[in-house]
Amino acid sequence: MLPLKIATRFLKSGKGQTALIVFGIAIAVSVQIFVGLLIIGLQISLVNSTIGNQPQITIRPTGDTNTIKNWEIIVNQVRNVDGLDKISVVAAGNASVPNDNSILPILVQGFDFQSADRIYGISDSIYQGEQLKSLKQVLIGRSLEEELGVEIGDKLPILTPDGGVNLFEIAGFYDLGIESINKSWVITNLVAAQRLFGYRDRITGIIMTVDQDRLFDADKIAARIEEAVNNKDVEVTNWKDQNKDLLSGLEGQTISSSVIQGVVLASVVVAISSVLSITVLQKSRQLGILKAMGITDRDASLIFVFQGLLIGLIGATVGIALGLGLLYAFNTFTSSAEGTALIEIYIDYNFIIRSWVIAISSSTLAGLIPARRSLKLNPVDVIREG
Amino acid sequence: MITLELSGVNKIYSGAYQNQVLFDINLSFEAKTCSAIVGESGSGKSTLMNIMGILDTPTSGEVTIASNIVSSMNRKQMAEIRNRTIGFVFQFHYLLPEFTVLENVLIPHLIHNRSQSGQVLNRARNLLDIVGIAKLEKRLPTQISGGEQQRTAIARALMNNPSIILADEPTGNLDSVTTQNVCRLFGEIKKEFNTTFIVVTHDRTVASHTDRIVEVRDGRIISDKLNTKIVPQTR
Ligand SMILES: Nc1ncnc2c1ncn2[C@@H]1O[C@H](COP(=O)(O)OP(=O)(O)OP(=O)(O)O)[C@@H](O)[C@H]1O
Ligand SMILES: [Mg+2]
Repeated sequence: MLPLKIATRFLKSGKGQTALIVFGIAIAVSVQIFVGLLIIGLQISLVNSTIGNQPQITIRPTGDTNTIKNWEIIVNQVRNVDGLDKISVVAAGNASVPNDNSILPILVQGFDFQSADRIYGISDSIYQGEQLKSLKQVLIGRSLEEELGVEIGDKLPILTPDGGVNLFEIAGFYDLGIESINKSWVITNLVAAQRLFGYRDRITGIIMTVDQDRLFDADKIAARIEEAVNNKDVEVTNWKDQNKDLLSGLEGQTISSSVIQGVVLASVVVAISSVLSITVLQKSRQLGILKAMGITDRDASLIFVFQGLLIGLIGATVGIALGLGLLYAFNTFTSSAEGTALIEIYIDYNFIIRSWVIAISSSTLAGLIPARRSLKLNPVDVIREG
Repeated sequence: MITLELSGVNKIYSGAYQNQVLFDINLSFEAKTCSAIVGESGSGKSTLMNIMGILDTPTSGEVTIASNIVSSMNRKQMAEIRNRTIGFVFQFHYLLPEFTVLENVLIPHLIHNRSQSGQVLNRARNLLDIVGIAKLEKRLPTQISGGEQQRTAIARALMNNPSIILADEPTGNLDSVTTQNVCRLFGEIKKEFNTTFIVVTHDRTVASHTDRIVEVRDGRIISDKLNTKIVPQTR
């Protein structure tokens, strides 16, 4: 194709100029990729640290009754809801443990251990001792362990609000990574907690996670659960309701990231179209000859569109490589001595491909401006000049 | 048969002041003839030439090329006529500096065809051979002499086998020997390809090789005669 061939030759004939503009685009795209991926990575680690290894949707009792009866029916109704991943139940209650001269408030969490373990990853977080083997055992968190100064096998007296005292054996210590949990949760079996608080066969909550890629649809899934259950005695909450600040923070980041990318893109378009407009002047002689030889307006315009496309293609590709390099370099540079990174790198292929396509198409579009300008060029003016 | 005809052509440049350059020009050119347009500098020869080659439009009057009325054509049709029917040779040769000699010759073909067949490539090489620069096909225009550039431009003008060749001072910056060669070349081409030649020149030698001499002064045709003492074409 002649216009493509001419575009290539024009770009090659001004190597320095071409290299400069390609370099400019590459820098712009690399900034875009670097900033974009950095913010995406930041958001993902923020979201993970807030709601990872935790239920994202919870069903709680409403009103005076602080327990849910006939919960097996609800669990069965919930199971069919699309987008849910794991489901478990819990019977929890406030209690306290004595410590020297004072008492410490705790939250006894009676789990259906196997299913709850899949949500919280409790067994993986046990750093000393072992899992629960009997109804008389509990697991306590790192902070509480340090506070009480207890050891595996010690007996822990748990004081219930009704004044009862029950002795449990400490089977293990866990660390779930969240201070408030490590300090207050005393984990035991569902049945043990039900007996401790006199719930009989009732529970205090159904906990659920959603599919990994649907984290941000938790509110919609929760609404569907509400519909499926249709029970006034319970309410459905999801992480988005409880983390409004986090969400608006994320949104703010996304907006500022988009603004940066928009500005970068706009400068790319301006740069390319102005450089290519200079090319129209530089190559007006050639364009005049081509027109005198009968090149069509369409093909004459295509010369500039192709120049934009080629410049964009090389610039965007180099820019993505550069941006990724920058990101890895930043990651290594900011990593701690043990090798834990400040931020996780998350390679969002959609984002990269989108940036690539957008950079190339805007660079191609930028070629339209000089292309229009080339249409006005009159071959007679060129031929007269000599 | 008449291939090119101008009737009542006027050209007025309207800028800061009005400048009429051509006055009521009526001219027609028979197919397969060779005509010279002569006249002093500034008499309007190039303006006439550009109008004949539909690079420029007359202020009034009509141009007809190969039975097509120019004023009734759109831009695309005009581009097509320029590409297929007309071959230009400009005074300052105007090759594309980014392309080799051979590629320059091929460009008129590539303007209307996506690719070149081996046959087309052979034709381009053959044309370079006719103008005597077959050996230079891989050079860039900046790497050959002025006369060689001129000959490349002639080969390029012939590429699409046009029925009309318009040459504006084709020997303008060539020495007399090379000018003689170019004249002989035009004669050979005319015989071989049945082309109509219209040559603007103020070189008497060139004019003497043609069938007809049209003289222009101040935008008017002051004489138009057949060339009686045609120089025998030496081989
Ligand atoms: N764009 C223009 N605007 C105004 N006047 C013009 C323009 N182009 C050419 N002219 C004038 O028109 C006249 C004819 O110009 P033209 O180029 O046709 O002459 P010419 O016969 O080819 O001369 P030469 O032998 O020097 O090439 C000149 O007086 C020139 O100054
Ligand atoms: Mg002239």
